[in-house]
Amino acid sequence: MADRLGLLLRHALLLGGAAVMLAPFVLMLSISLKPPGEIFAPEFRLLPLQWAAVENYTAAFTKVPLLRFLLNGFIVTFCIFVAQAVTALPMAYALAKLRWRGRDTAFLLVLAALLVPPQVPAIPLYIALWQLDLLNTYAAIILPSTISVFGIFLMRQFFRTVPDDLIAAARMDGLGEFAIVWRIMLPTAAPALAAFGCLSFIWNWNEFFWPYIAVQDEHLMTPPLGIAFFSNAEAGTNWGALMAAATVTTAPLAIAFLLASRAFVRGVTMTGIK
Amino acid sequence: MADRSARHPGARAEAVAAWLLALPALLLMWVMLLGPAVAVLLLSFTDWNLGEPEMGWAGIGNYLQLADDPVFWQSLRNTLIYVGVSVPMTVGLGLGAALLVESVGRGRAFYRAAYFLPVASTLLAMALVWEFMFHPTVGFVTQAFRAIGLPTTDWLQNPDTALLALAVIGIWQNLGLAMVLFVAGLQGIPRDLYEALAMDGADGAWERFRRVTWPMLGPALVFVVAIIAIRSFQVFDTVAVLTEGGPNKATEVLLHTMVQEGFRFLRTAYGAAITVVFLVFTLAITVAQTVLLDRRAHYG
Repeated sequence: MADRLGLLLRHALLLGGAAVMLAPFVLMLSISLKPPGEIFAPEFRLLPLQWAAVENYTAAFTKVPLLRFLLNGFIVTFCIFVAQAVTALPMAYALAKLRWRGRDTAFLLVLAALLVPPQVPAIPLYIALWQLDLLNTYAAIILPSTISVFGIFLMRQFFRTVPDDLIAAARMDGLGEFAIVWRIMLPTAAPALAAFGCLSFIWNWNEFFWPYIAVQDEHLMTPPLGIAFFSNAEAGTNWGALMAAATVTTAPLAIAFLLASRAFVRGVTMTGIK
Repeated sequence: MADRSARHPGARAEAVAAWLLALPALLLMWVMLLGPAVAVLLLSFTDWNLGEPEMGWAGIGNYLQLADDPVFWQSLRNTLIYVGVSVPMTVGLGLGAALLVESVGRGRAFYRAAYFLPVASTLLAMALVWEFMFHPTVGFVTQAFRAIGLPTTDWLQNPDTALLALAVIGIWQNLGLAMVLFVAGLQGIPRDLYEALAMDGADGAWERFRRVTWPMLGPALVFVVAIIAIRSFQVFDTVAVLTEGGPNKATEVLLHTMVQEGFRFLRTAYGAAITVVFLVFTLAITVAQTVLLDRRAHYG
C-alpha cells in the first residue's frame, strides 16, 4: 500500500514537472490560433473562442519570407552535416584503426579543439571572411561549421569498437584504406552516424550566435535569425503571427525529435559518460 | 610503438594512407578552430579596429582597459551570477527528475521526451514564448505568483529580476540534458551493489541513495556540472532577443559584451580580449573537472 502510494506520488511529481516543461509549447500553439483580442484575455483558454489560425499563419508566411528561412535552414544544416561527415569519418578511422606517426599528436589536437567553445573563433573568422568578401553569403554561415571535432571524437570512439578482423578481411580482399572507410566502416557506423546527424541537425538549425554576426541579408537568414528579425519588426504587436512563425520554426525539430528520440538521446549520452 | 609499425609490412603505405585520410579534417580544424583561437589571443595584444590599415602592438593595454571598464565588470558579474544560479538548479532538478524517472516502470519514454524536448527546440523561438510567459499581467509566471499571493513585477524590465528570469529560461532549456546524462549514469551502477546493501538489512530509499547511488554517481555528477556550466557560460540568445543587455546593463553578459564591442562598435582587439577572458573561464571549468575526476580515480 505504501509502495503504491509512493509510486503515485512519484508519477504526480513527474507529471507536474512535465507540465511545466511543456507549458511553453502549449502556450505557443495556443497563441498561434488566437485573434489579438483573446491573446491578452485575463482568463487563459487553451482553444480560442474565435479561431484566427489561418490569419496568423498566413501573416507569418507573408510578412516575412518564412518559407525562405526554412529553406535556408535546410540548405545550411544539410551542407554542414555532409561536410562534417566527409571530413570526420576518414580522420576518425585513421585515429582509431591505423598506425602512423603523429597519431597521438593529432588526437591531442582533437581533444584540445574540443575545449574551444564555438564562439571563440568568431572574430578572426569574421575578419577572414570580410577580407575574402564572403560575409553575407551561405558560405559565411556554413564554412566555420564544416569541421566537427565532436563528430571526429564520437566516430573514433565508435570505430574502436569495430573488430580488427573485419578490416583485416577487407584488406585481404584487396580493398585500399579509402575503400575501407567508405565501403566497410561507413555502413557499420550508420547508427553512430545517425545519432551524430541528429545532434548536428539540432545544433545547426538552432544556431543563432554565428549567423547573427555573419549575415544581415533577409534572404539568407536561418530560422532563428528570421524569427528574431520578425520579432524586431513587429515589436510585440502581433503575437499571434509571431507565435505561428515560432511554431513553424520549431516544428521540424520537434517532429524529428519525436520520431528519433532514441537516436537523439543515445547521441547525447555517447558524448562523455564512457 | 613506432618500432613495431616500422616492422610490419606495408607500414609506410599505412602511414601515408592515414595522413591522407586525416589531412582534410586536420586542415579544417586548424583553419576554422585552433588557428582562429590562437589569432584571438594575439589580436587581444594589439590595438587594431576592423578596417584600419595599421596594426600596432598594445601589450596588455586591452586588459588594463578591461580592468577599468565598469561595463566589463558588470558583465562578468552577471555571467557568474547567471551560472551560479542556473547550474545548481539545473543539476539538482535534473538529478531529481532522473531518479524519479528511473524509479517508475511505466511512462519513462513519455517523461524523457517531455523533459528533453526543450533541449532539442529552437531556443530563440522559445525565448519569445517565455517573454509572453513573463508578461506582467497575463503571463503564466505572473499569474502563478499572484495565485499564491506573492508580489509580481515586469520580470524582464525590472533590473532586479531580469537576470533571474533569463536564468529560469536557461534552467528550463538544459534540465532535460542533465536528466538524460544522469539516467545514463544511473544505469551504469551495478545492480549487485543494491542487493548487497539489502543483505546488510539497509534497504530504505534514502539509505540506497546515500550509500550506493550518490557515491557511484560521482563521476557523472562532475561531468554534468561541467557540461551545464560551460553551456551556461555561453548564454547569449535569450539576452540578444529579449533584453539586449538591459535594463540598465542588468543582463549584460560576457558574450553579449563581446559581440557589442567586437562587431557593433568594431573594436576588434578589445572584443578579442573579452573573448580570451571568456575562454579562460571555460577552460578553468574543464581543468576543475579533470582534477576532480582524477582525484576520484585515485582515492575514490
